[in-house]
Amino acid sequence: MKTAMQPDFRLSVDNARILVDISGDWRRQTVETHDKGSAQQLIQAAERGFDSYRDAACIEIHADRLDGWDSLLLAACLEIIRKAQARQISVSYAHLPEGMVRMLDMAVAVPPKDQQGTRTAPGFFELIGSKLTACPAIIQNLLEFIGDLAASIGRFLRGKASLSSRDLWNIFRECGADALPIVTLTCILLGLILAFVSSMQLKLFGAEIYIASLVSVSMTRVMGPVLTGIVLAGRTGASFAAVLGSMQVNEEIDALTGFGISPMDFLVLPRVLGMAVMTPLLTLYADIAGIAGGFLVGVLMLGVSPTAYMDNTLEFLKLSYMWIGLLHALVFGFIISMCGCYQGIRCGRNASAVGRATTTAVVSSIVGIIVSTSIITIIFTIIDI
Amino acid sequence: MTSTVPAITARGVTVAYGARVIQRDLNFTVQRGDIFIIMGGSGCGKSSLLRVLMGLTRPAAGSICYGDRDLWGCSPAERNSIMRTTGVMFQSGALWTSRTLAENVALPLERYTNLSPADIQELARLKLALVGLAGFENFYPSEISGGMKKRAGLARALALDPEIVYFDEPSAGLDPVSSARLDELIIQLRDTLGMTVVVVTHELDSIFTIASNSVFLDAQTKTMAATGDPHRLIKNGPEAVVEFLTRGRSRHGEPK
Repeated sequence: MKTAMQPDFRLSVDNARILVDISGDWRRQTVETHDKGSAQQLIQAAERGFDSYRDAACIEIHADRLDGWDSLLLAACLEIIRKAQARQISVSYAHLPEGMVRMLDMAVAVPPKDQQGTRTAPGFFELIGSKLTACPAIIQNLLEFIGDLAASIGRFLRGKASLSSRDLWNIFRECGADALPIVTLTCILLGLILAFVSSMQLKLFGAEIYIASLVSVSMTRVMGPVLTGIVLAGRTGASFAAVLGSMQVNEEIDALTGFGISPMDFLVLPRVLGMAVMTPLLTLYADIAGIAGGFLVGVLMLGVSPTAYMDNTLEFLKLSYMWIGLLHALVFGFIISMCGCYQGIRCGRNASAVGRATTTAVVSSIVGIIVSTSIITIIFTIIDI
Repeated sequence: MTSTVPAITARGVTVAYGARVIQRDLNFTVQRGDIFIIMGGSGCGKSSLLRVLMGLTRPAAGSICYGDRDLWGCSPAERNSIMRTTGVMFQSGALWTSRTLAENVALPLERYTNLSPADIQELARLKLALVGLAGFENFYPSEISGGMKKRAGLARALALDPEIVYFDEPSAGLDPVSSARLDELIIQLRDTLGMTVVVVTHELDSIFTIASNSVFLDAQTKTMAATGDPHRLIKNGPEAVVEFLTRGRSRHGEPK
């Protein structure tokens, strides 16, 4: 039995013709195990040939002693043909095995003009320019969405919106009751942390008792709503974007529109309403959980008596703080649900677009939460509440 | 009285995504009771045209009239009412995945009729039985096969007894037998319920079995090459259409 020869090639020149003679076994498994005869070496040798014989008008590729080939050799030949054509050198590959000739013919064939890909990677400035020119359209889309949502809420208030009550209850449960465990955990821990950290400073003055008011005021006014908002952004906002995004991919939203059912009324409105109702309720619960966390630290670790702790809490806690906290929560509810639904509804029609929509929804809701907290805080500081 | 008015009239319709024109200057009419095929090679804009006809995307130019009502020239409320006279079977079914098959069919009925919940249940069961899905009422879309999803999508399209039914690539992803059965079903819908059917497809077998009229979209020239009965177009249509309908064999002898 004849053993396959190792891949090899030779270049020679004859009367303004460059001859490339390829021999041996050029299948990938063999090529990989030999030093000489890699596809790159073959291409480079041909290029050196072009450079040293500048009067060459023609290159012929022969392979009379070829034992085996696959697409690796084909790719190398194609590259040589391209390089030759770029130098106005004619190529003859008719002496190759018949299968190779046919495949090279297919690869070399020029596609019809309007089917050629003309897209090139944009340059740096083009990229910046295209991002900038896209801005007005993005703002317009966003305003359109907010306008549609407002119209939809208007229809709901007049009792004309076509949302299904079953969906609404499901969403109440999903973003309300189902979020209770995680809100409990995070807010008790936040109360603990606040109490511990502040006790380090307050101990210096022997004023541990003020931990109670510090924890309760900061929880109800800002920390409760902000932490609830961030938990809901990661939990519910992401799920809104992912659900609506996959509905877009699956043409389910088109199917709704096709029946004349407005996706705004049917999909977005219940989610926005659900979050607008549930975020404040969860925040109330989060406030209590946070105060309980502080209570545990105060009573069990710092030896404050339970009644003194509660007295101090109630002495400094004003009802208005709770209302401010709930206002935060209401705003967060709108921000989270609108970011999630907007990204989901405008999602592209492929799997990676859903991932992008989800990420953008969470990031923009968290940024929105922080920014709106600052704005509300500044406003209430100015009007001195 | 309205029987002489075509079901759908497209005049000078241009389909575009932003600045990229897919098809321009399309003119055709779909008569009542037609099985109208939108055909053409891959990527020629068949499905995009379907979205425009269905009222999902606005054409860049031209008008589409249902009877004598202009789809894009009327108020959104009227457009909605036109869209309710049509049903669509999407390519992959596009069932609402959070609802069972029966609930999928029932949703449009709940929305637009005053029937009792029991009647709606009965109707949903009937429509599912019509497409051969009796007994699958309480299955979720993720629990059934691709072919069944398509049929369930058809049952949902038929929920409101539409005058016009659109099919987006009905035979894509189906085996030849199921595909032939679906063709039979399309003909039955037209014959027994008097529906007008518009089908986007490039399956020649299916085209010659069901078509009574068609429009051919050319991907090269980006406009329609011909409109008419494909059985006649194969004999005296333009070259591009004949080549398509004969599987590119027209120059090498007799078609099959």
